[in-house]
Amino acid sequence: MSKLRLLFIKEAQAAYISHLDLMRTFQRCFPRTELEIKHTQGYHPHPIISIVLPLPVGQSSECELLDFEVTQQSDGSGIAEKLNTGMPAGIRVLECYEVTRPVRELYALQADVTLEYDNGVPAGAAEAIHGLLHRESLIIEKRTKRKELAEVDIAPMILDAAVTEGENALHIDLKVQAQNPGLNPQLIEKAIARELPELMPDFIRVRRKRVLDAEGKDFR
Amino acid sequence: MDKRLERILPRVQKPARYTGGEYNAVMKDKAQVDTRVAFCFPDTYEIGMSNLGMRILYGVMNEMDGVWCERVFAPWGDMEEEMRKNNIPLFGLESGDSITNFDIVAFSVGYEMAFPAILNMLDLANIPLHASEREGLTPLVIAGGTAMYNAEPMADFIDIVSLGEGEYVTVELIELHRKARREGWSKHEFLVAASKIKGLYVPSLYDIKYHDDGTIEEIIPLEDAPIQVQKRIVEDMDKSYFPVKTIVPSTEIVQDRVTLELFRGCIRGCRFCQAGYVYRPVRNRGKDLCLEYCIDSCNDSGYQEVTLSSLSTSDYPPLTELCDDLENFCAERHVNLSLPSLRADNFSMELMQRLAKGRKTGLTFAPEAGSQRLRDVINKNVTLDDLLQSCRTAFAGGYSTVKLYFMLGLPTETDEDVLAIADVAARVMHAWRESAQNKQRGIRITVSTSYFVPKPHTAFQWEPQITREEYERRVKLLREAITTKTVTYNWHDGETSFLEAVLARGDRKLGKVLETAWRKGAHLDTWDDYFSLARWEEAFEECGVDPAFYAYRQRERSEVMPWAMIDSGVHTGYLWRERNKAFEGVTTPDCRTNCNACGANCLVGGKCDV
Ligand code: SF4
Repeated sequence: MSKLRLLFIKEAQAAYISHLDLMRTFQRCFPRTELEIKHTQGYHPHPIISIVLPLPVGQSSECELLDFEVTQQSDGSGIAEKLNTGMPAGIRVLECYEVTRPVRELYALQADVTLEYDNGVPAGAAEAIHGLLHRESLIIEKRTKRKELAEVDIAPMILDAAVTEGENALHIDLKVQAQNPGLNPQLIEKAIARELPELMPDFIRVRRKRVLDAEGKDFR
Repeated sequence: MDKRLERILPRVQKPARYTGGEYNAVMKDKAQVDTRVAFCFPDTYEIGMSNLGMRILYGVMNEMDGVWCERVFAPWGDMEEEMRKNNIPLFGLESGDSITNFDIVAFSVGYEMAFPAILNMLDLANIPLHASEREGLTPLVIAGGTAMYNAEPMADFIDIVSLGEGEYVTVELIELHRKARREGWSKHEFLVAASKIKGLYVPSLYDIKYHDDGTIEEIIPLEDAPIQVQKRIVEDMDKSYFPVKTIVPSTEIVQDRVTLELFRGCIRGCRFCQAGYVYRPVRNRGKDLCLEYCIDSCNDSGYQEVTLSSLSTSDYPPLTELCDDLENFCAERHVNLSLPSLRADNFSMELMQRLAKGRKTGLTFAPEAGSQRLRDVINKNVTLDDLLQSCRTAFAGGYSTVKLYFMLGLPTETDEDVLAIADVAARVMHAWRESAQNKQRGIRITVSTSYFVPKPHTAFQWEPQITREEYERRVKLLREAITTKTVTYNWHDGETSFLEAVLARGDRKLGKVLETAWRKGAHLDTWDDYFSLARWEEAFEECGVDPAFYAYRQRERSEVMPWAMIDSGVHTGYLWRERNKAFEGVTTPDCRTNCNACGANCLVGGKCDV
């Protein structure tokens, strides 16, 4: 028996595949490998797989991780290629390897957050947003699991932020805490809406670039 | 991806329906393509992608050199609103290109309630609604599917109707269109040439003359168009196309599994069933081919569920052998087989229990009528004893949910027949008391009734639908007769079925009603979320059309039906004989027991291979 992990890209059209549908997509692709995935017991057995830090719908990522167990001994070689023969456009498995690090060691996410301003970036926006992301405290309103609105301070979860100006867009190289609690980079939209409404962009695009451990090294 | 699309997708429900990119979606190099086809399904992605016919023709067209067939579905209301607001015309899922300038826009139409969605999709694509307003060869708007066996309500909007199975005729039509474009024919020249191809009906080449009472006096073919257009079929099922490498949606759809078509047609001859008549004659696919398709499709798609699909699956002669042959593969790959419809007989029950492998999914039966008398009228030859015996077997095996489907308003139905439905439910309940192993688990019986809609090309095409008031009275009668607490009674709302009855047997005068109702907001009326009868009532009123004329009127044998130019292969004389036998309560044996000379044998060279 082996515990394996996949590193994969999810982008373009595939960015709109929901977490549940993504699980189904992988389940359907596993029979392409010769591996026997460990299944749950019962009348409707399904493969035991879990996606580490599910990506919100609409965002893209080049560093998604998926863990699964197989009944055979395997180091994962050759698996990525086989899985890729059955994937929808926008999903590509980069690597498959044996799990050596527990998910709890995954500490941070690094994302490219693009704020698109169709009529040009407002003057001073880069500085203002930089300032916003470096405040001591940054309160937003967020729906809790019980669907109530609650105030949350996201400042402690923002680990680093660098803002650069591009054509009709600001690019934020954003590092946030990944879990317990984690911050969805998209939520800085709410902070802007609340604190700097005149700088609200026309569209926000988020792309996960790296998953990191507490030392700032790539988590694999 | 299109930037405008990217902006709106985060705001709509289930955005994966609108992006394409699924595994096996066909991508082509535009430089190598001279024919762009938009294959439209006038309902949502989840429904359309569950349609096997659509998958077959998608495969057939994309196997043609130079043809790129893309899928288009009706957007849900939120998406439609965003598209209209942002000026995004309807687009093909594969390329993301607007379909406005595609060469062919083809609709697959399985049910009448989808008619308004066709108009809405044309409008969303910025394509003129009326065939007469589209002067050029492109876009050519064509339609096929079961609801097109009476295309008259849609006649103003559709250039060409393709009748029957599309595998061959679609290819012939595309080739002709290609030639016409290459040689610069006028649209009229092209349509006249198309009308000479068997299976293609060109509505604009028929003039309809009406009597003062609104019935049809005469249907006059123009330009030598055939008096009757006969449907096309694939004679040899082993040569019919099966989409082994088929699109695997990245989001859940209604039929999220491999659908294996074992045969086409049906041997049974239920008198109300349009599919049973218009898909005649029965043609079986060889068992080994079914086996191969099943394994290959599972391997390619990764699905772990297969539906053995056909109109009455347990009538497939080598069904047991096929299941035997599939057993090892299914066990190894954790694949489940399921049967969509169950006949209440021993054979089906044993097979079902075997396929279920201990899973206690619910049982579903469709006796359609409560009394034996009425079941004889509709030629649904299942007896109460068969049904109860099947239930006993199932209960003894641990089953505890049964769903029973019936129709209200079948011709000759009396209150006694209605009450007999309650009796069937009570007896099923009793059978459970007698045979259940473990009564602790309880029993759930669901009785569902629909409101009978007489369909064209059936033995009941001349019969009136009962009125909505009468339907509601019968519902109430039955509701009061069902006293057992364990029996749940669900009934269809009458409004949709009434409108369906109007459209099903409608003529060309309904074209303007459709258009009016669409302008009033009938965009996706297959969904209760959007359907509103009030809108339609206003439209009938404004157009001076009486819907009762279509739904509630008894037709004479001599009346010219609006669909008289369409030939399903089954003789009208046969349908009339079946109608008279129905009123006498005389049953007709199935095609395997005895050929009843319905006429459909002419489609397969003289003799049906049942
Ligand atoms: S011709 Fe005879 S066997 Fe063939 S479909 Fe008709 S009734 Fe059935």
